[in-house]
Amino acid sequence: MTNSGTKLRVEDKLYQNRYLVDTGRPHIKVRPHKQPSANLLALTRVCPAKCYELNDKGQVEITADGCMECGTCRILCETSGEIEWNYPRGGFGVLFKFG
Amino acid sequence: MQMIKEEFDAIVIGAGMSGNAAAYTMASDGLKVLQLERGEYPGSKNVQGAIMYANMLEKIVPDFRDDAPLERHLVEQRLWVMDETSHTGIHYRSDDFNEVKPNRYTIIRAQFDKWFSRRVRGAGATVLCETTVTELVRDAKGKVIGVRTDRAGGAIYADVVVLAEGVCGLLGTRGGLRKMLKPEAVALAVKEMHFLPEEVIEQRFGVKGSEGCVIEAIGTISHGMAGLGFLYTNKESISLGIGCLVSDFAAKMESPYALLDALKNHPSIRPLIAGSEVKEYAAHLIPEGGYKAIPQLFGDGWVVVGDAAQLNNAVHREGSNLAMTSGRIAAEAIIQVKRRNDPMTKRNLALYKTMLDKSFVVKDLRKYKDMPALLHTNARNFFTTYPLLMSQAAQNFMRVDGTPKIEKEKATTAAFIKARSRLGLVSDAIRLALAWR
Ligand SMILES: Cc1cc2nc3c(=O)[nH]c(=O)nc-3n(C[C@H](O)[C@H](O)[C@H](O)COP(=O)(O)OP(=O)(O)OC[C@H]3O[C@@H](n4cnc5c(N)ncnc54)[C@H](O)[C@@H]3O)c2cc1C
Ligand code: SF4
Repeated sequence: MTNSGTKLRVEDKLYQNRYLVDTGRPHIKVRPHKQPSANLLALTRVCPAKCYELNDKGQVEITADGCMECGTCRILCETSGEIEWNYPRGGFGVLFKFG
Repeated sequence: MQMIKEEFDAIVIGAGMSGNAAAYTMASDGLKVLQLERGEYPGSKNVQGAIMYANMLEKIVPDFRDDAPLERHLVEQRLWVMDETSHTGIHYRSDDFNEVKPNRYTIIRAQFDKWFSRRVRGAGATVLCETTVTELVRDAKGKVIGVRTDRAGGAIYADVVVLAEGVCGLLGTRGGLRKMLKPEAVALAVKEMHFLPEEVIEQRFGVKGSEGCVIEAIGTISHGMAGLGFLYTNKESISLGIGCLVSDFAAKMESPYALLDALKNHPSIRPLIAGSEVKEYAAHLIPEGGYKAIPQLFGDGWVVVGDAAQLNNAVHREGSNLAMTSGRIAAEAIIQVKRRNDPMTKRNLALYKTMLDKSFVVKDLRKYKDMPALLHTNARNFFTTYPLLMSQAAQNFMRVDGTPKIEKEKATTAAFIKARSRLGLVSDAIRLALAWR
């Protein structure tokens, strides 16, 4: 399966969800790095909302708008300090209608 | 905000299963309770399969059947072992489950949590949503005396804080109450809601009225990772999902949505969801560390309940009932300490653990204490090799092709030994039996 094919499908999936994005206040940040660790790199595949992507310099970037706040990336990369993870402000973020 | 000046008997962080059980129990007893929830409404952040176990809710809200949003009561459970093209399985269906007070129901969490929260308010608790608790407040001696939130207005104080913050448990880990979860002690699950007309669900699963059927499956669907797929029938929808250990996802760099798509396209699943309209895609963690992962449960001015305390029985796929029960028991312990006019110290709150240890929650988790490690270290055998062998054996048994039966049996046995060696098979069987004991 090609990466772009996968991406398209996740975006379609996320499109069904409701979000209240806290514009300008991302709740997750990736620390600047030269080369990602294995865990950080894995997030480009493992994040269920595909928020993490490789840029053309081989570094991992995040766009947290589609984040479902599952916490997987925190488990894998917070202890090493590679990412900074917080909940969105109260009321913001994903709004599950069914869950 | 004016109310921040007030002081509460208890602050409950989180309005999920455990938080609602705790807040309801304490408020019903007349305690002054403040419950804080970061979601727009209770349930807006919560994900479950979801099977709800009636007995544990009944102990908290005896008349819940009057108005709780229940989807279907379960009369049939299917346990499947799957390979790429087939499933082998056990089905258990019984008319005994058509009782006046059924034992298990499917629910939709966002709706269920809203209902539970209405009951919590009805019992007299103050519930504030859209409020993320950012920090625990402590006195000079380290006792937890309140919380700070992301709303303007400073700290809010209470005699005791109940951490019902769910599996991520940010406050507890950042406040040094417990360690960060390990990737091998937690699963990531993704799930979709497939909508279909009620009659279609009834026909496809052979159920009528509010009867329901659930399927749980292991096998090649988890690509060699320790994982489980599930399909639960609701009134007008099907919950379909799959979860695997986070450590396995990271090591194999697998995409959860690719796994879910493969499951949807499996020839045994596809016809069951054909023509459905997908209305939501969700992801959530599930604690899988079992008994050995249970952290410190109480301290000066605080207790922790539910998923935040890792109270989840991965073998039986139970979590919400352990969450509700631990919330209720923590509340009952707090009520007792309060009645004696004793302070909410670590020593006095130890009562919660004493009571919890006597309940099914800790007893069940202790029974399976070696299971997580076994399944984690042997994922490939238990989740791929054995399922493949089982389906081969089943096909060997069913297919009539002129091969003498005795040769078929020999071939099946040989396949098992080739894949895992005689010693490997025996040792896996023994270890599984020991972990099950
Ligand atoms: C896919 C899936 C399927 C499952 N299937 C089943 C099943 O079939 N049967 C079963 O019994 N169990 C099942 N479980 C497990 C079950 O969902 C959990 O055990 C249960 O929800 C735990 O309840 P809880 O109250 O501890 O946590 P949650 O229900 O997660 O509640 C925690 C609450 O705290 C809030 N919160 C967290 N931090 C803060 C903060 N800082 N400030 C304010 N609010 C905060 C959250 O928004 C949330 O509302 C499943 C879980 C998953 C993910
Ligand atoms: S919390 Fe979950 S959904 Fe959000 S970015 Fe991290 S892994 Fe992705």
